[in-house]
Amino acid sequence: MATQHSRSAARLMMAPAVILLLGWMLVPLTMTLFFSFKKYLPLRGDSVANGLEWVGFANYARFLSSSSFWPSVQATLIIVGGVLVITIVFGILLAILLDQPMWGQGVVRIMVIAPFFVMPTVSALVWKNMFMDPTNGILAHLWKAFGAEPVQWLSQASLPSLILIVSWQWLPFATLILLTAIQSLDSEQLEAAEMDGAPVLKRFWFIILPHLSRAITIVILIQTIFLLAIFAEIFVTTGGAFGTKTLSYLIFQRVLESQNVGLGSAGGVYAIILANILAVLLMRVVGKNLDA
Amino acid sequence: MARAATTQRKALNTALAWLIGFLIFFPILWTILTSFKTEAQAIASPPIFLNFDWTLENYSVVQERSDYMRFLWNSIILAGGSTILGTMIAIPAAWSMAFVPSKRTKDILLWMLSTKMLPAVGVLYPIYLLFIQLGLLDSRAGLVIVLMLINLPIIVWMLYTYFREIPGEILEAARMDGATLKEEILYVLTPMAIPGIASTLLLNFILAWNEAFWTLNLTAVDAAPLTAFIASYSSPEGLFFAKLSAASTMAIAPILILGWFSQKQLVRGLTFGAVK
Amino acid sequence: MKLSNALRAATALSVMTTGAAFADTITIATVNNGDMIRMQGYTDDFTAKTGHDVEWVTLEENVLRQRVTTDITTKGGAFDIMTIGMYETPIWGANGWLVPLDNLSAEYDAGDILPAMAGGLSHEGTLYAAPFYGESSMIMYRTDLMEKAGMQMPDAPTWDFIREAAAAMTDRDNEINGICLRGKAGWGEGGAFITAMSNSFGARWFDMEWNAQFDTDAWANTLNFYKGMMDESGPAGYATNGFNENLSLFQQGKCGMWIDATVAASFVTNPSDSTVADSVGFALAPDTGLGKRSNWLWAWALAIPAGTQKQDAATQFIEWATSKDYIELVAAKEGWANVPPGARTSLYENENYKSVPFAQMTLDSILSADPNNSTVEPSPYVGIQFAAIPEFAGIATEVSQEFSAAYAGQQSVEEALAKAQAITNDAMEAAGYR
Repeated sequence: MATQHSRSAARLMMAPAVILLLGWMLVPLTMTLFFSFKKYLPLRGDSVANGLEWVGFANYARFLSSSSFWPSVQATLIIVGGVLVITIVFGILLAILLDQPMWGQGVVRIMVIAPFFVMPTVSALVWKNMFMDPTNGILAHLWKAFGAEPVQWLSQASLPSLILIVSWQWLPFATLILLTAIQSLDSEQLEAAEMDGAPVLKRFWFIILPHLSRAITIVILIQTIFLLAIFAEIFVTTGGAFGTKTLSYLIFQRVLESQNVGLGSAGGVYAIILANILAVLLMRVVGKNLDA
Repeated sequence: MARAATTQRKALNTALAWLIGFLIFFPILWTILTSFKTEAQAIASPPIFLNFDWTLENYSVVQERSDYMRFLWNSIILAGGSTILGTMIAIPAAWSMAFVPSKRTKDILLWMLSTKMLPAVGVLYPIYLLFIQLGLLDSRAGLVIVLMLINLPIIVWMLYTYFREIPGEILEAARMDGATLKEEILYVLTPMAIPGIASTLLLNFILAWNEAFWTLNLTAVDAAPLTAFIASYSSPEGLFFAKLSAASTMAIAPILILGWFSQKQLVRGLTFGAVK
Repeated sequence: MKLSNALRAATALSVMTTGAAFADTITIATVNNGDMIRMQGYTDDFTAKTGHDVEWVTLEENVLRQRVTTDITTKGGAFDIMTIGMYETPIWGANGWLVPLDNLSAEYDAGDILPAMAGGLSHEGTLYAAPFYGESSMIMYRTDLMEKAGMQMPDAPTWDFIREAAAAMTDRDNEINGICLRGKAGWGEGGAFITAMSNSFGARWFDMEWNAQFDTDAWANTLNFYKGMMDESGPAGYATNGFNENLSLFQQGKCGMWIDATVAASFVTNPSDSTVADSVGFALAPDTGLGKRSNWLWAWALAIPAGTQKQDAATQFIEWATSKDYIELVAAKEGWANVPPGARTSLYENENYKSVPFAQMTLDSILSADPNNSTVEPSPYVGIQFAAIPEFAGIATEVSQEFSAAYAGQQSVEEALAKAQAITNDAMEAAGYR
């Protein structure tokens, strides 16, 4: 129904956002691509001003052949997958619970969403020092109170610990979106099902879950974008040790710790490819839910 | 009989919900409590829950060491500036996507989101060099732009899903009455979308507030926000749980309070179109 | 930013004080260690003397490194003074990124800087950073527990003695660990410790052709000895313990011995923080009789990045912060035990300082460390707990991550060493050494 006039107006109005983001994508991307074909070791005195040596695909080959590469892809997928599963499963359960009549719902909701406001650095510091420390942490005291040997969380259970910390931060987000979706559920439909004597599990499986599919899609999409980039949590807690080196952390290590910008840039290109593969997969699997 | 059952069920729900809520909130509560302890009490074994000598000493030590207000002010400017700027750019874009959709609208939206997938650390050197060239290093303006660009896709998407729920007929009617495009957006669309815009602003304020890579790496003094503030307390010589807790509390308190007061607005719009 | 600086400079100018031709505001990046925090508290003294103002950027060590390295390599110019260590200084100096400190005033007495420190902060004889404090490492032990175990700590023990003493002091029921050592990943944490320790076992990072040496028996002996001893007598979770964690364990009375930085001596003997302050003894870091001890050498130093507009003010600050007067100032306000140690010869000749219990052992440790000749077999690099080449920090962080995984029992010592060998050779190849 849109007229020719409104079409061109629409294009004009979209322009600033599109152009800005295009610039924000293209400029760093071009520079990353450029560096990835160069030998760029800043601490050896290499700099853009002095000109950089062309090395072809050497950085790409080296990044891929590093013994850290595949483990880092694996760690990335485990962390993203683990956090998604936990936040969605517990998010649904929590949303159903919060949807029930209860006293002090407002207060409970305030407590539940609080972790979402906490800076990643702060949450990592608090978890690492005050909870997971094997000597002075609360969890160690708790374990000792029950006569058990305290768990050395960040070394012996490094990935689960990291997943726990990140899940804690993202559970509120998932819960809120799922809760709004549940609240929009037609209660008559549920009551009818209850009257018909459908058991709780069946009601959940055939009525609630399908209704939530769109919300779940959105949680997966948004969280994946943010989870692929998690950094502060790893930097503060394990520094990439004990198998917690994700792809983006590996790139950090190459660029900043090893000061090899060329190698890190090649890693950056791989990370973009991986992210896009994931994005396409996500779209294929869940995109239909998202009739944008 | 039925009523008794529901009351019982309600009590059960309440107990369970409070327990879970308390567990989720506990790390924050513990941090706040610890910030009022002495260092010795902070690492006491077994841990002391409430029965300690409350003190404000940690806060005064932290304040003496670093000028909290300056970091706070920068955080407010960076988060606020980037959110407002981003929203101003996003509203027209979201409008045109919602009301003049084309075949490519969905592709454009997803492409926008995909720009968030570029690993930040991979482009640190390019951006740093660019900032030096443009003289934006350690400037609030530079950070506002970066944070705005980082969050722009999310803002556009949230507003888009929100605008789509507004019936197109209303806009048609306004147009019939002779409203220009500008008037249509300003006087018809925006007021209707206020709740959505409010929650978009809130969410992005939170995201910008908590961004800790660029705000740390592109600042020194003049533009350093609370993320830089916390980086000077993160692993001191010795075990200063109480001071760390005080600094942490100071870093998260403003956003926590803002979040709690405005949670209704936040929650109302935080659907990303999940509800149909 | 520019405007506010100009304004501040203008107001400072109007109240111009002695000596300074121009009042500037300098920006200093520093690490959040206790001595630096204390220095920030005395900034007013500097401003009163010179009229210059100071803006502090205080960051945690890892963040600081990443921040200043990015800035210096891109000539960003965000800082007028950077706090860096013995590892960075010669590399940056060689690249011409730092202002040479060869015009310091006679009053400052640069010749008074301990030769070991001045040597480590120079490149080809030119000083590029002035040490704010310097350290080696030594044994700190609990005299009461040692007595209880019926043993006596020699001034220069061997590793075998340490292991035996650690086992004797360990009392798991009372949460007393015989020995606490760094195991945390990171080249400046566990990496530094194990490298210094390996020197005493006859190991080295590279042979003269820059080939990694992790396939040697010396490295296997080092790691097996370390892990064996720590599993017997170390604290739970030692694979994640760094300087801070061990410091607090020691202060809480949970360690019999701790081998770490000499600066820790003032923390563990400070009664307001330490529960064991009155029963701490000191000894030289252990050896195995091969001629090298396992102590390192380090300094936190102040350097001026080349290209700063405020070189004069920055130089004045460095002269103030690393001067004898500053030491006197801290001594007068907080006692001799709290002055920044390890930087100046005159401090160790001061009668007041000689009565500080750890002063002599600190000096002996510093004097016994030689960065130019740190390994039993010859090596091509300078440095004790590091090799002063740009690639080292990155490599050693990855290598120490493999070691930490072995400490935590996630892989065997052999696996860790094999991976370390591969990582190191690969990185050295990438950098064009091999």
